[in-house]
Amino acid sequence: MKIGVVTFPGTLDDRDAQRAVRLAGGTPVPLWHADTNLHDVDAVVLPGGFSYGDYLRCGAIAAQAPVMQTIIEKANQGLPVLGICNGFQVLVESHLLPGGLIRNENQHFICRDQTLRVENTSTAWTNQFQLNEEIVIPLKNGEGGYIADAETLKRLEGENLITFRYVDVNPNGSMNDIAGLRNAKGNVVGLMPHPEHAVEAGFGPDMPEAMRSGVDGLKFFTSVIHSLVNA
Amino acid sequence: MPKIIVEVMPKADLLDPQGKAVANSLNRKGHTEITAVRIGKRIELHYDETPTEAQLEEAKAFAADFLSNGVIEDVVAVTVEA
Repeated sequence: MKIGVVTFPGTLDDRDAQRAVRLAGGTPVPLWHADTNLHDVDAVVLPGGFSYGDYLRCGAIAAQAPVMQTIIEKANQGLPVLGICNGFQVLVESHLLPGGLIRNENQHFICRDQTLRVENTSTAWTNQFQLNEEIVIPLKNGEGGYIADAETLKRLEGENLITFRYVDVNPNGSMNDIAGLRNAKGNVVGLMPHPEHAVEAGFGPDMPEAMRSGVDGLKFFTSVIHSLVNA
Repeated sequence: MPKIIVEVMPKADLLDPQGKAVANSLNRKGHTEITAVRIGKRIELHYDETPTEAQLEEAKAFAADFLSNGVIEDVVAVTVEA
């Protein structure tokens, strides 16, 4: 399975996302922001970091990049796309997911191991989780406060599109504790925390069993491979 | 220089953490009569010649779908400055 990982000017976690794809058994394919060609990939990851200085709004200029025009078109046809952190911001600015992300409520950049509840497992990126499973993956952002108007929130809750919710601590003031969302088809998922940093024992978050042993992020990538194999 | 000026503000009912921090600071400096601060953006588009009506309409369109995000912001004015 070929999984594309986009690099924008300012992307930080593209190499980590490529490594996560590899550890899950896929073949990572680097994609370039200025290239409209997706090189026949079966899925796409929009990784975290920054893009175009995050000028105007985080993800706003990236959403206009040549590669995104192809990704938006294919995502609307069912191509699995995962947006992590800045990638989630790019997805909302591309209107592939609703709402917006604003500066954290307390104004601070936050970096912590974060517990999330998986509230929807019928997506390309979460089918290997158990419903309501609690997972721990790193969170690191300055602009992770999820907001949407009352009508959108009602629709997200009613149509069961909220895929991840913060547990114990709402680190950034996100409405309804929203950490991540899916689209109606379930091929597009975006979240602020970073699954690609929790894929290999020794390099993941601290867990009760052992330091840095957390690998809960790996299932995002095995999920997409599973959904592609069974497609 | 002829310009089109686009003014964007965070939506009134949404939290503006930046404005809140500035309001707190002003209150601390003794300006306790200030009850709130909200911070938006002024975007200047420069032209060689005075923008036409059509160019103003174009600017209004991309102000709404690119220069602002309707979920979190409102375009409060798009004006020509000759």
